[in-house]
Amino acid sequence: MCVCVRHWAGLANILLPRSVQGFCTMKLLSLLCLFSVYLVVWSNNIETKAGQFFSSGHTNNWAVLVCTSRFWFNYRHVANTLSVYRSVKRLGIPDSHIVLMLADDMACNHRNPKPATVFSHKNMELNVYGDDVEVDYRGYEVTVENFLRVLTGRMPPSTPRSKRLLSDDRSNILIYLTGHGGNGFLKFQDSEEISNVELADAFEQMWQKRRYNELLFIIDTCQGASMYERFYSPNLMALASSQVGEDSLSHQPDLAIGVHLMDRYTFYLLEFLEDIHPASTANMNDLFKVCPKSQCVSTPGHRTDLFLRDPGSVLITDFFGSVRKVELTTETINLTITEEPVKERPMHGDLQKERQSYIDQLPVSEIIHQQQSRVKCKHVLAAVRKGHHEIQQNGVAMGRNCVSHSLRTQWMLCVRMTFSKRMSITFSLLKPVFFQPIKVTPNSICAIEA
Amino acid sequence: MGLLLDPNRRRPLTQVLVRRNALISVICYMAGVVWFMGLAFEPFIPHTKMTETALHHTVVQEGFTAGEMAMATGREFAANKKKAHGMPVDWLVKTMESRGLEAFTQSFNRTLPFPDDNKERVIVNGTNVYGILRAPRAHRAEALVLSVPSSPGNSNNQAVGLLLGLAQYLRSQIYWAKDIIFLVNDHDLIGMQAWLEGYHHPNATGMGWSPLLGRGGSIQAALSLELSSDVITSLDLVLEGLNGQLPNLDLVNLFSAFCQKIMVPCTIQGKRQRKDWDTVSGYSHAVQTMLLMVLKQASGRPWGNHGLFLRYHIDAASIKGINSFHQYKADATKVGRLMEGMYRKLNNLSARLHQSCFFYLMPSLSHFVSIAYYMPAFGLLAVVPLLRALDLWVQLVSPPSTADNVCSVTAIEPTSSPSGILLSVLTPITISHLTGVALYTLPIRSQAVAVRHFPLSETEAVVLTAIVIYTAGLALPHKLPSGQRTGQGWRVLKLVAVVYLTLLLGCAAFVNFSLGFVLALTLVPLAAFVTPHVPKFPSAFIMVVLSPAGTLLFSVFFSRELQEMPVGFLGGWRLLLSAISQGILDNSLYGSLVYPLVALTIYPCWLLFWNILFWR
Repeated sequence: MCVCVRHWAGLANILLPRSVQGFCTMKLLSLLCLFSVYLVVWSNNIETKAGQFFSSGHTNNWAVLVCTSRFWFNYRHVANTLSVYRSVKRLGIPDSHIVLMLADDMACNHRNPKPATVFSHKNMELNVYGDDVEVDYRGYEVTVENFLRVLTGRMPPSTPRSKRLLSDDRSNILIYLTGHGGNGFLKFQDSEEISNVELADAFEQMWQKRRYNELLFIIDTCQGASMYERFYSPNLMALASSQVGEDSLSHQPDLAIGVHLMDRYTFYLLEFLEDIHPASTANMNDLFKVCPKSQCVSTPGHRTDLFLRDPGSVLITDFFGSVRKVELTTETINLTITEEPVKERPMHGDLQKERQSYIDQLPVSEIIHQQQSRVKCKHVLAAVRKGHHEIQQNGVAMGRNCVSHSLRTQWMLCVRMTFSKRMSITFSLLKPVFFQPIKVTPNSICAIEA
Repeated sequence: MGLLLDPNRRRPLTQVLVRRNALISVICYMAGVVWFMGLAFEPFIPHTKMTETALHHTVVQEGFTAGEMAMATGREFAANKKKAHGMPVDWLVKTMESRGLEAFTQSFNRTLPFPDDNKERVIVNGTNVYGILRAPRAHRAEALVLSVPSSPGNSNNQAVGLLLGLAQYLRSQIYWAKDIIFLVNDHDLIGMQAWLEGYHHPNATGMGWSPLLGRGGSIQAALSLELSSDVITSLDLVLEGLNGQLPNLDLVNLFSAFCQKIMVPCTIQGKRQRKDWDTVSGYSHAVQTMLLMVLKQASGRPWGNHGLFLRYHIDAASIKGINSFHQYKADATKVGRLMEGMYRKLNNLSARLHQSCFFYLMPSLSHFVSIAYYMPAFGLLAVVPLLRALDLWVQLVSPPSTADNVCSVTAIEPTSSPSGILLSVLTPITISHLTGVALYTLPIRSQAVAVRHFPLSETEAVVLTAIVIYTAGLALPHKLPSGQRTGQGWRVLKLVAVVYLTLLLGCAAFVNFSLGFVLALTLVPLAAFVTPHVPKFPSAFIMVVLSPAGTLLFSVFFSRELQEMPVGFLGGWRLLLSAISQGILDNSLYGSLVYPLVALTIYPCWLLFWNILFWR
């Protein structure tokens, strides 16, 4: 049996007085009290998780990973970038959605005693170069101009798709930079630098061009915090390895390779990310705790004032992974609509902010869009219900109706829309003890049915 | 600027400078000396710090273990050298090839103008042998050099052994981005000069050499190794090169970083670093180290193979193994590991060393005095002759109205016309410069004549001719017709002389700070006090003592004293003769600038002051 969360809670509340009347023993009473408390807490938990489920408004993930330093002695910067690349790829962002910029080719450097490898850990424990690295911008192609063009999407028409950041207003973008920096700038190669103002303006342009939904900016460089202090566009979250006036330090000196293999911040970031898997519930607050001063020597900083959600509710996988939010269960899912409005989640701190979203430039299109989508949503929701009903009746393996990919995406959109229109939707998820859901990857929904 | 341009308002300033001239001069001179001595005090000067990013940290693994085998190779080399009565070229080529190097030879010949002091050689024929380790994966655009000087005799055989041992080990590594050239140069510096000229093509010194058949890329850095014993107690770093040039400070930092890592005691000027900088003996130790560097640099000689590399803007240093009576002994494996580590780091360079200082003095291996710290000391000394010049100028342009000025009586002479003064000044200037030219050219040209007429060796003939010409210059003023001398004349001559001296010292200090400073130390007081009115004979004595030759004698004594090898007067005299002959030889062999500078400019300038003293 599958019962929605709210029903569980309600059931417990109704059942409790009856059982008290029935048995009237203190022991049982206290036992049941404990049980009820557990149920209430459990139900709240589920509710939060259900809330998180829809809290991120993104439909696709992108990553721009940049190493700005050349030369053998900057081996660690390439290793930094490749380790983040490894993590995001492992968590599900495909190469087509990663723009990887490496200013130098350490694997083929003459000085590399282990050709075709880039190690991130001492004693050659972890080779982050792996066998499948797709570098989009390499060597002298890594310039401030190219970086800004990638961000803002102002590419020459001949640019191949793999070198573009084809994000939209539903994209969550991870931007990771590493290199040598100072107060307010990051050096690119040995010839130029990008300032924090330029970077902030580029992000504003991205916002105005509707190129992201939310953006996570991570920088590992000396005085890294200076790079995000000028940001002013909405929905940005930023992390840096060190405060203004501090140096970010290197880590993992390797005698055989003869250089430092990584920087401290990214080293611990990689360690943290290695524990993350696509279903992890670790949130941004956990990320902020990565590499405390005792490990980093520098003081990592973060900035969340432009970001409108509570960092505690933002999953790591919202940015580092490309997790599709679909869980198929063998149980019934009741998508009931309750009248009571969803209580607004309190914002971080006392500051209550309105959720910012894109406003259509032409009111005409807005009207048309709303009408169309209203009609569409009815159909879609019905179709989904039907699909689920059939699955429920016939079992997954026997189900004829397949929730097609496009249908599912539309359904996601509609669910969000209804959600925002104060229609409470309850949904079962993420509790294998109760529901034992079958995880379904986007491409294999149909395959299961067959 | 109004203060300086307005003649009325600048008068008080001028008056103060003129009236208090002697006092200000003395204060400036003392301040300059005190400043200089203060440079050796550790709290005043910065700690050395690696600034080249490519050389940061010593995170490399040293895998060289074949020290014993290298020493055996060294003994083999010594035996072959004995058999061949010189450089065992065939054996070296064969050995290098067997170790996987591309081996080449270069023959050279050079006729010295006169036999040099300690080796007694005139016609030098030799062969350099070098092997190139090609970087296995890189293009051949850059190279590093490890050179070992080899001269007839029994020294430095261990260094050759270690060079071959290192070559064999480094050849087996795959991480080289630059070629490494292993060079055994015959006849010390002459072979080095031939090889460098062959590598870079221009023939600077008229030496005969065969062209190099194998080349690496442009040389980024070079080290020279001198090792004459199987075990060492410490390693000494030698930096001073031709004309007082120094390698980039980062090379020194690299060396001392690896000394600390490998744990070999390292010295500079043969003096170990002491930690007790706050005691008198600790401070004087630092002063001695710094003064030794100043004296060595002032000599302008290349103090090792590295000295000639510096001319081609290749940062280089010599590393000398020293075996003294200390208990601690390091074997060849440790020295080899140190060299391996340094080359592995130098391999990481992506440009020539350029981040750190090229102009510095070192009171210890861990502290340095950069040009910004030591130039004020020289500046304070150089202000003194300028102040004298100002004083003289004021006396010349405005006849003093006060009677208290002693010189005013002679200042105004109605008979002196401008052309007369000019003539009276030009004559001594011309004569003293002609003496300088004679001092520069005659010793070598006239040595044959001298040898024929006097029972002298060729070297003695050259040195004694130089001394004779030098002394003859002192007699010149008496030979001048006294009719040209006017009362105002000596002031004009002195004005010209002090400005000339300041200019010369300034130029010398910019090329070679130590030379400029040492000369300023002696010539500045002389320039300040000399007038025709001071007592003749004591002044003449002081002037001779403070003359360039006196400075050289004093420096020779002093440097032996600092090296804790004091000599008697006779030994000092012999050293002086040797220093003069070596200076002349360095000039003709390698193009050292000290001898021409002193003979053609400093000495004539000093003669002008001599002239003023005997002005009638």
